[in-house]
Amino acid sequence: MRRVAEWTTTALLVFALYLVFSAFSGRWGLWAPDELLAGAVIALLVGLATGPLVWKRGGWRLLQPQRWLLFLVYLVGPFLYAMAKANLDVAWRVITGRINPGIVRFNPNLQTDVGRTFLANSITLTPGTLTMDVDDATGDFFVHWINVKDASPTADAVCGPFPRWARRVAE
Amino acid sequence: MIVALPFAVAGLAMLGFIFVCMVRLGIGPTAADRAVALDTINTLVVATMVLLGAAFNQVVLLDVALVYALLSYVGTLYIARYLERGLS
Amino acid sequence: MNGLIYAFLAIGAAFNALGAVALIRFPDVYTRIHGATKCTTFGSLFSILAVAVYGIVQGGGAGGTMAVRAFLALVFLLLTNPTGSHALARAAHRSGIKPFRAVVDRLEEAGHGPRATDHGPRETR
Repeated sequence: MRRVAEWTTTALLVFALYLVFSAFSGRWGLWAPDELLAGAVIALLVGLATGPLVWKRGGWRLLQPQRWLLFLVYLVGPFLYAMAKANLDVAWRVITGRINPGIVRFNPNLQTDVGRTFLANSITLTPGTLTMDVDDATGDFFVHWINVKDASPTADAVCGPFPRWARRVAE
Repeated sequence: MIVALPFAVAGLAMLGFIFVCMVRLGIGPTAADRAVALDTINTLVVATMVLLGAAFNQVVLLDVALVYALLSYVGTLYIARYLERGLS
Repeated sequence: MNGLIYAFLAIGAAFNALGAVALIRFPDVYTRIHGATKCTTFGSLFSILAVAVYGIVQGGGAGGTMAVRAFLALVFLLLTNPTGSHALARAAHRSGIKPFRAVVDRLEEAGHGPRATDHGPRETR
C-alpha cells in the first residue's frame, strides 16, 4: 500500500513538472493532446523507477502546502538578501585579498535528509561559508569558513538564522 | 537574425568571461582547480545559451540550455567522484 | 519594463565578471569554489530573470514558452550549482589538497581526510 502511494505521488509530481515545461504548446495557451500523452507515459515510468527513493526519511512532510508558502517567503526574503551580501563580500575580498580561512565543525541539530540538504545549499550560497562534508550519523556539518573568528563556533555564529528556517521549512 | 540587441551584447560579454575562466582551466595547478573552472564554465554556458535564445528569438536554444544544465551537473558529480576514489 | 531588463542584464554581467575574476585571483581551490559558485549563480540568476521578464513582456505563445523555460533553467541552476560545488570541495579535500594558510582544519582532525591508499589522480604543485 505504502509502495503504491509512493509511486503515484511521484508520478503526479513529475506530471505536474511536465505540464509546467510544456505549457503554451497547444491552442489558446493550453496543452497539445500529444504532449499530454507523452507526459503521462514519462511520469508513469519515472514514478515507478524512483518512487521509493524520493520519500525516504521524513520526505512526506514536504507535501504540506504551508511549507511551500514558507519556502517562497524564505527565497525572496532572507535568502536573496544574504546572497546579495555574499556577493558584495566576495567582491571586497577579491579586491583586498584579505582572507583568514579554515574548516570548522558545528552541529545544527537537524534530523532529516531534506533539512540537511536545505541548510547545506543555503550555507554554500551565503556569505563566506562553503559546506564541505556532513556526517550522516551525528549530523555534524564541516564548513570551510573564509574568515574564521572562532575555531569551535556554534551554529548561529556561522550561518545566522538559517538553521531555524531549515527547521521551519523542511522538518 | 538578431531581434533583441541588448541580449546579444550580454551574450558576447559572457563569452569573454568564459575565456577568462579558460585561463584557470589551462594553468590550474591541481586537477581539482581544473574541475572547478569547468563547473564555472558550465554555469556561464547555460546563461549564455539562454541569453542568445532570447537574442535570436529561438526557443530551441532554451531547451538545449535546460538539458545542458542537468547533464553538466551529472558530469560534475562524476568528476568529483573520480577525484575522490579513482575509477571504481 | 525595458529599464528593468537592462538593469537585470547589467547586474548579471557584472557579477559573472566578478566570478571569473575571483576564479583567477584567489589562492587555493576552496576559496576559488567560494567565489566562482556564489558569483556565477547570482549573476546567472539575474541574466535568466532578464530573459523571463522579456518573454512575459512579449506575451503570446512564443513569449510565454520562453518565460517558462527560462524560469525552469533558473530553478535547475539554483538547485544543482551548490550541490555540485559541495561535491567538488569534498573531493578536493579527500584527494589531499590542504587549505591555503588554514588556521584550523576540523575535517582532517575528524578522520575524513585523505585516505592512506589513495588511487585518485595526483598532480604535484
